[in-house]
Amino acid sequence: MKYFGFIWKNVWRKKIRTSLTILSVFIAFLLFALLSAIGYAFKSGADVADAERLIVIDKITLINPLPMAYKNRIAATEGVHSVTHSSWFGGYYQDPRVQFPQFPTEPYEYFSMYPELKMPQEQLDGWARNRQGAVIGRELAEQYSLKVGDRIPIQATIWTKADGGRTWEFDIEGIFETEDPRGSTAFLLFQYDYFEEARAFGKGSVGWYILRVSPDADPIQVGNAIDLQFANSPNETETSTEAAFSQSFAKQFGNIALIVTLILGAVFFTLLLVSGNTMSQSVRERISELAVLKTLGFSDRLVLGTVLSESILIMLVGGLLGLGVGWLLVQGAAQAMGAFLPGMFLSSQAILTAIAVMIGAGIVAGIFPALQAMRLSIIDALARA
Amino acid sequence: MNTIKQIIAVTLLNLRNLPKRLGSSVVAVVGVGAVVLVFAAVLSMAAGLEKTMMATGSDDTAVIMRSGSTSELNSGLSNEQTLIVANAPGVLKDGDSPIISAELYVITDVKKRSSGTDANVPFRGVQQGAFAVRDNVKISEGRMFEPGKNEIVVGRAAQSEFVGLNVGETIRFGQTEWAIVGSFDAGGSVSESELWTDIRVLQSAYRRGNSFQSIRVKLESPESIETLRETLDADPRIDPDVMSERDYYSSQSQGLVQFIKLIGYPLTILMAVGAIFGALNSMYSSVSVRGKEIATLRALGFGPTAVLFSTVIESVLLALSGGVLGGLIAFAVFNGFQVSTLNGASFSQVVFNFAVTPELLIQGLKAALIIGVVGGLFPAVRAARLPVAQALREL
Repeated sequence: MKYFGFIWKNVWRKKIRTSLTILSVFIAFLLFALLSAIGYAFKSGADVADAERLIVIDKITLINPLPMAYKNRIAATEGVHSVTHSSWFGGYYQDPRVQFPQFPTEPYEYFSMYPELKMPQEQLDGWARNRQGAVIGRELAEQYSLKVGDRIPIQATIWTKADGGRTWEFDIEGIFETEDPRGSTAFLLFQYDYFEEARAFGKGSVGWYILRVSPDADPIQVGNAIDLQFANSPNETETSTEAAFSQSFAKQFGNIALIVTLILGAVFFTLLLVSGNTMSQSVRERISELAVLKTLGFSDRLVLGTVLSESILIMLVGGLLGLGVGWLLVQGAAQAMGAFLPGMFLSSQAILTAIAVMIGAGIVAGIFPALQAMRLSIIDALARA
Repeated sequence: MNTIKQIIAVTLLNLRNLPKRLGSSVVAVVGVGAVVLVFAAVLSMAAGLEKTMMATGSDDTAVIMRSGSTSELNSGLSNEQTLIVANAPGVLKDGDSPIISAELYVITDVKKRSSGTDANVPFRGVQQGAFAVRDNVKISEGRMFEPGKNEIVVGRAAQSEFVGLNVGETIRFGQTEWAIVGSFDAGGSVSESELWTDIRVLQSAYRRGNSFQSIRVKLESPESIETLRETLDADPRIDPDVMSERDYYSSQSQGLVQFIKLIGYPLTILMAVGAIFGALNSMYSSVSVRGKEIATLRALGFGPTAVLFSTVIESVLLALSGGVLGGLIAFAVFNGFQVSTLNGASFSQVVFNFAVTPELLIQGLKAALIIGVVGGLFPAVRAARLPVAQALREL
């Protein structure tokens, strides 16, 4: 630490060059933060999944409905603690191009199935009492400036009402939040009873079932038992854990992860070149100075250490700034684009990776100039100058 | 005239001793190359998707769905309604029978080759008119499905992207086995991502009774869509959205294309800013290394303009060569690269090829040019202002 001042002075001996290098590093890590948040959103919350929750869908495709009558049979299966259901409503509010999901479900069952969702008890009770009530997530409430007591019209794209209308109106009875910072709250929930009563077709069915297994039961075995029960029926089922379901859904987007990795690769390659070049220039210019240091009794290792530290320092200053600004932007974007790309999140894992990369890149960029400085023969260097 | 000669002379001199400044020059070239590469790669996704969607859309074909349904998957139409459309004015007739195909659009799970996991593959039930309505669809291998049988013809793109869809294979969806009897080519359009079968068979397999989701009709001319729309709007038995097929597919791709652009452009701008820093660094060091040379030139009578321009030209040439390099790599690696992704609008997979178009390459080179000019200008000003006497004394 006592050499910090010395290293800091050396870093800034060429102000323009160092500033430019730090700015390149800044940009690289800003991109890193944004891309990893986007990549995270594409994983569709696979990390948020609860290991004890299972999803039951139609075996052929998610879009085929399941009979309402399955609910009791699933609930009676050994190892099932509780069960609820949900369906895809597929409507839009104001702009058909910006859609957020709406799900008809059972108020009390749903909130006990997802304990990470938090809403005041009186709001939950209020929703359960109002057949046309709905609750929305905090992200939606902020994006559309909605509050409890508002009435919002949702245009249906699938579910026309029995009276031929396409506009479903809901009273907002509550606003929920999630305890998990990675989870999205950009969706709306409303009462299945209202949905079932008012829709023109498809009565007696639900989109999918969600169930919680008892703590001592094996989720895989419970899933198999459910699927076996409905085998050879007109609606065969496929039960998977919430994590497996989210992962498999995320994979439908294709090689997004690969593309993000390629971009990051290109960015870092450039970054390494820029900073490696700066470091070797800076060492080349200081050959005689380094020789003087050695004459004064600085050990080879110390010279290596100071040169390497300069490189790591440049990376850390630029990188942490970039990461910080990236984090701020992701917070802003997560709110502004909640409905567009929910679940943008800069995970602590990504932050740690970024810091490791900064240090690693600092070492790679600085090692050759540092070794060159360490191996410097005093006589040659002084003679050259 | 004299100034131009001087600029040329100094520029050539600079370029000849580029090897001495190889490190920082390579950094500048690679930096710009990376920008153009990333730009062309990301936006070639959007271009490829648009190309696929547009290849499907024809102006003289109309798509009719239940109003407000935004995509075929959401729509629902009765048999009676298909007959109303068939007899409406504006629909092209082949002899006495209208050219029309009422269709069912559902999804089935098929494993994706790249991930090995289930994907929502579009499964379309069509009437015999489907091939007359779409003139670019041709069976390229095997044969057409027979009406009433569990037989499928698969699009060429779906065949290469998903597992188990080769002609001669059978595939099981739930309790039903289907024979793959043929594959079809649809001119690179989005239809190639789909599986097709007889509508009657699909209606019973998905328990859809006698219902349909969309009706495609061949129009007498692109303008007759208005006649058709007015007639159907006036009919109380049907509440339809009437769109040209081109408009329909452009609305289907809009969300995804916008999404890619929304990510691609800011990404490129950020990277370009990064590359400007790289170029600035490289040119500043070029100027500082050549301090003695520049001062000597000035002492010999070369003007500050010549020094200024030669430095900017050097920077622009470096940036452009980086741009060309990045563009070539993008073209070689990404052009024609096939991917499939989930299109949110149709909730089903769409298979498309990255298209590194000439427009993208030109845009990329323009970006490189800007980076070169900005990156060279400030160092060039410093070079031109270098106090001659002092610079000579320093050495």
